[in-house]
Amino acid sequence: MSVLVAAEHRRGELRDVSYEAITAGRELADARGVDLHVAVVAGDVDAFAEELNREGVDAIHAVADGEEFDHNAYRAAASTLADRVDAGAVVLPNSVNGLDYAPALAESLGVPLVTDAVGIEYDDGLTVTREMYGSKVETTVDVEGDRFVLTVRGGEWPPAEGVGDATVETADIDLPESGARVTGFEEVGGGDVDIADADVLVSVGRGIEEEENIELIEDLADALGATLSASRPIVDNGWLPKNRQVGQSGKVVTPDVYIAVGISGAVQHVAGMKGSDTIVAINTDPNAPIFDIADYGIVGDLFDVVPELIDEFA
Amino acid sequence: MKVLVTVKEVAEADDDFAIEGTDIAESDLEYDLNEWDDYAVEAAVQLAEAGIADEVVTVTVGPERSEETIRMALAKGADRAVRVWDDALDGGFADVASKVELFEAVVAEEEPDLILGGVQAADTGFGATGVALAERIGFEHAAVVNDLDVDADAGVAHVHRELEGGVEELTDVDLPAVLTVQTGLNEPRYASLRGIRQAQRKEIAVKALSDLGLTAEDVESALTLTSMYEPESESDAEIIEGDAGESAGRLAEVLRDKGVSA
Repeated sequence: MSVLVAAEHRRGELRDVSYEAITAGRELADARGVDLHVAVVAGDVDAFAEELNREGVDAIHAVADGEEFDHNAYRAAASTLADRVDAGAVVLPNSVNGLDYAPALAESLGVPLVTDAVGIEYDDGLTVTREMYGSKVETTVDVEGDRFVLTVRGGEWPPAEGVGDATVETADIDLPESGARVTGFEEVGGGDVDIADADVLVSVGRGIEEEENIELIEDLADALGATLSASRPIVDNGWLPKNRQVGQSGKVVTPDVYIAVGISGAVQHVAGMKGSDTIVAINTDPNAPIFDIADYGIVGDLFDVVPELIDEFA
Repeated sequence: MKVLVTVKEVAEADDDFAIEGTDIAESDLEYDLNEWDDYAVEAAVQLAEAGIADEVVTVTVGPERSEETIRMALAKGADRAVRVWDDALDGGFADVASKVELFEAVVAEEEPDLILGGVQAADTGFGATGVALAERIGFEHAAVVNDLDVDADAGVAHVHRELEGGVEELTDVDLPAVLTVQTGLNEPRYASLRGIRQAQRKEIAVKALSDLGLTAEDVESALTLTSMYEPESESDAEIIEGDAGESAGRLAEVLRDKGVSA
């Protein structure tokens, strides 16, 4: 048996989650005493194979097919390679594209799937640590049998480093004609302001409750000479434009000071702002995950605290 | 065309909650329509209003309690509902394959042209059922859709998939297809009073495993939830105490120290 990791790339660049998945895959391969195989599908596979040759990788399989991600090609390539190298475990990034084919891969291989792992343990079988109830709790999940597909959350494993001595082979695989065709990409969130350039951000979340209350946070941003940003629900509701969104699907920001107002700190949001120098959180829920990464916190009602804070700077 | 929408009633934990065994205490959970599915229902109802969908049917795996949530989807404009439940489904930690087994049986009865569901459920957060279902039933699919334009005559859905980092992928998906819907796709409506009244008269067909030609063995899960706990707080935040005025005053000092000023 072996462990198979499938890499991910976009517009000519391997994504970091590929190297993180290699680390998670190596962890499993060590626990099982088996080889680690890495698959890379589409794009400049030769160049990608060279970059993926990190410490701990035993073999790399390059599958040339088009330029970009196609879930049918990825599913078919991973499924065929999993059979060829007898991969008991297939490890993929828990990314938007990972979730576009990992479930289909598990289904076609007829093995269990666990997504969004934040930790793994392998003894007699696999135990996965993952969150539930919007990150309020962690759970452990035991997986029956010794074959499975696992997707791993970004940022939870360090990226694989160094240069390995993996064999590289071009895998000849018949890929199906796809009924889903990528016609292009669109950058979203352009416009008048780039929140990534701001030194101080005042960021507003679901706790603001109503659209008309956004004005209160605008006033705070003005008083502090800060730029206004937001978490996802505010943009979903159309209360602020997409170019103000901080998080995984929005902008990654690293200001000197980030003030999170009424933001609980879901993992997708935190991924976009955890690199800020100083993080301040104002939230009613003392257990909100935003306090885990905050440097300063006020547990209180934003509608009481924010007007007072505006007065302080008036 | 006929649109099937997967609708889940999810549990949300109160701010203060206790864990009993491997789950949150029932008294500390509130049940609601899964946020992502709300957008899927809206997308389906909009297709009906645009004359593209002839019928919108919801399907839910859940106990009788979930009928309140199902009525909400019906009040927003779905035509009728299927609810699958069985004692064999109670208490376990369902894996993706067992859910797919149930949905596959419903799809065989309903024969939809398009299946919409949320990207993930807010409670378990697997984000996998839709894509696994597509593979099982031989439909095309797209995950994490945040823009949708169905061309029924051409048999294609033009979608945007929301990738990471502010990039959207534009994809043409052949029908029949399963699309998993991201929040922000549309503006989910509130149910009108008229809608709520009408929903009371709409059909919710309840199916047990045997009604779908399945047995308890078909839905055995390969996953077991073995523990649940509150993650240890890694917080080393300085929590500023005091009433609103005091804490704002202290925070203002901190911010000025960091060079913040208008």
